[in-house]
Amino acid sequence: MNINKQFPRALEDEAIFILREVAAQFEKPAILFSGGKDSITLVRLAQKAFFPGKIPFPLVHVDTGHNFPETTDFRDKLAAELGVELIIRNVEDSIKAGKVKEETGKYASRNALQTVTLLDTIEEFKFDACIGGARRDEEKARAKERIFSVRNDFGEWDAKKQRPELFDMLNGKIDLGENVRVFPISNWTELDVWNYIKAENLEIPSIYFAHEREVFDRDGMIWSDSEFINKSEDEVPYKTIVRFRTVGDMTCTAAVSSTADNIDTIIEEILEAEISERGARIDDKRSEAAMEKRKQQGYF
Amino acid sequence: MDILRIATAGSVDDGKSTLIGRLLFETQSITKDKIEALKAASQRKGLDFVDLSLLTDGLIAEREQGITIDVAHIYFNTPTRKYIIADTPGHFEYTRNMVTGASNASVSIILIDARNGVGEQTRRHFYISSLLEIKNVVVAVNKMDLVDYSETRYEEIKNDFFELSDKLRKPNQNITFIPISSLYGENIVVKSEKMPWFSGESLLNILEGVAPEDIDSAVLPFRFPVQHVIRPKSEEYHDFRGYSGKIASGQINKGDMVAALPSQQISKVKEILKYTDSLDSAHQTESVVITLEDNIDISRGNMLVKIGEQPELKKQVNARICWMDTEPMRVGKSYLVQHGINRVKAKVASIDSRLEISTFEASENVDELKLNQIGEVSFKLAAHIFADNFESNPANGAFIIIDEFNNNTVGVGFVK
Repeated sequence: MNINKQFPRALEDEAIFILREVAAQFEKPAILFSGGKDSITLVRLAQKAFFPGKIPFPLVHVDTGHNFPETTDFRDKLAAELGVELIIRNVEDSIKAGKVKEETGKYASRNALQTVTLLDTIEEFKFDACIGGARRDEEKARAKERIFSVRNDFGEWDAKKQRPELFDMLNGKIDLGENVRVFPISNWTELDVWNYIKAENLEIPSIYFAHEREVFDRDGMIWSDSEFINKSEDEVPYKTIVRFRTVGDMTCTAAVSSTADNIDTIIEEILEAEISERGARIDDKRSEAAMEKRKQQGYF
Repeated sequence: MDILRIATAGSVDDGKSTLIGRLLFETQSITKDKIEALKAASQRKGLDFVDLSLLTDGLIAEREQGITIDVAHIYFNTPTRKYIIADTPGHFEYTRNMVTGASNASVSIILIDARNGVGEQTRRHFYISSLLEIKNVVVAVNKMDLVDYSETRYEEIKNDFFELSDKLRKPNQNITFIPISSLYGENIVVKSEKMPWFSGESLLNILEGVAPEDIDSAVLPFRFPVQHVIRPKSEEYHDFRGYSGKIASGQINKGDMVAALPSQQISKVKEILKYTDSLDSAHQTESVVITLEDNIDISRGNMLVKIGEQPELKKQVNARICWMDTEPMRVGKSYLVQHGINRVKAKVASIDSRLEISTFEASENVDELKLNQIGEVSFKLAAHIFADNFESNPANGAFIIIDEFNNNTVGVGFVK
């Protein structure tokens, strides 16, 4: 089937409405910014929502210390260009403070550890709303989450106690200590995000485009070789042309073999892809309910 | 490109998830890894077929119990548009979610099992579709394969349905009937050869033919709830004062005379802005910033309307309420009413009647509304709201009810 490849503008109107509700309903909101395509989209939407005023939220990044340098450089550059405050908190510090323990073994990753650092950051700055770029099409537990997702004092998500969201009316009323995770691009798909990046001519980190990289194979996936991954002896790195479809940190994001080196070829590739976007997320493969379990504990 | 929002409703085993799975499959919207994951999960459950419901039942509790608890959102594209399906649970105790899922829909698909025919659930789903003023209702008689694709059976169900729907049906509602088999893909994307007696189109073709949502914007009154006042106070925009919001209904042109509610002060639209673009006009569902010729006092929760199209300012409101909380609504109790983005304190003055949605029994002079009950309620408000009658302008005629003490959304109201 030849599907429509235009960006539906109604999605932008909806996201802008949500961002303005955040500014109006909360005292201290922040945008969770990773430097990935979804958070870049969010920043663009915020820029549009408050123009000619400035984006009224700081950008917050919980850095695992294992991020791709291309992404963190991009993050710093974008924040500087927009003149928006960038707050960075490091998982490394949470480990040093003894609040979390570094995982060991072949699959060691700091992805799950981020939650503790994030909750500490929320407490430190008294954020009452954290805006994230999660989308319902990414994963089946996310498909059930509200646009305003209320978290308790411990940042936990209770799927069964979600507030009904009717029409476009958003209820962000909370008690002191609670916070809300806000997902303005809930109704966007991966394709919508790429079409938006194209329509808006947005700059994105270079790792989304095909490039040569030192990689190795594990469990049928292509892993980027780095000092942060514990390889076994038979996992021998080699050079090949890849790109990243989703960007988490190096320990939980697999590359895809691809020669797509511009937005148009990326869009074509997604349309023909046999594997979903989160199929390249090693963190989701841990169990069928991996995402829901992480969310219950305060993950975004 | 426009978006069409659909709500699906059906009883537990009507094959709703299979239908959605089929639509995704035929529009090439499920990827290989998701199908593989489904196969593996089906095998773990000891099933010898691929259970497509596992695709939408995303919560641990749902998979354990084999039922849908919460609204799931599913997305797919066709050559004409983007579709968003709100898949809502069929269990009666989750009516709350059904109303929630259907609140944004412009099409409602009601599934009937061809073997069981029209049941209590069918009536309830149709009632909710009508309550929410959903203009397009598609009644899909599913599992036709299990009744030998019988035209007689189909006609029987159709007659039964119209018998019940005639009483609830809205004058402008389109009801389309279609016999399908989701399991075998009959009449889903292409017309079935098994049912040559059926002269209508396939389900997807019916959906593709639904007119976009903004078609009414020319006839509906302009309603612009002010979300946030933009005052950059920067050097370049020193005196800029823009009112941001999403147009709830109607349309606005540059130069139109508008009144701000509740102050009733009048001014002229100077500019309609969308980021750096200045527009000549904008219509419903668009998020814009409006600037006015005069400096008048407008803050969040106020509403801009066109002169001559003003809604009644209400401090007393009668509404049909669907209650969504385990703690019942009681006469004399105070709540917060949120109409659009405008929040006011409200007190329940009286509950004039109550309808039990599972039995359709109405009772009068009641003093409480329980979870999933629907009633006619009068509220006294602490400040004005600028609502229209829900039937004439749904986009400006609904409100939610918030419990002041636990902050939960406990009900929804449709202004009468």
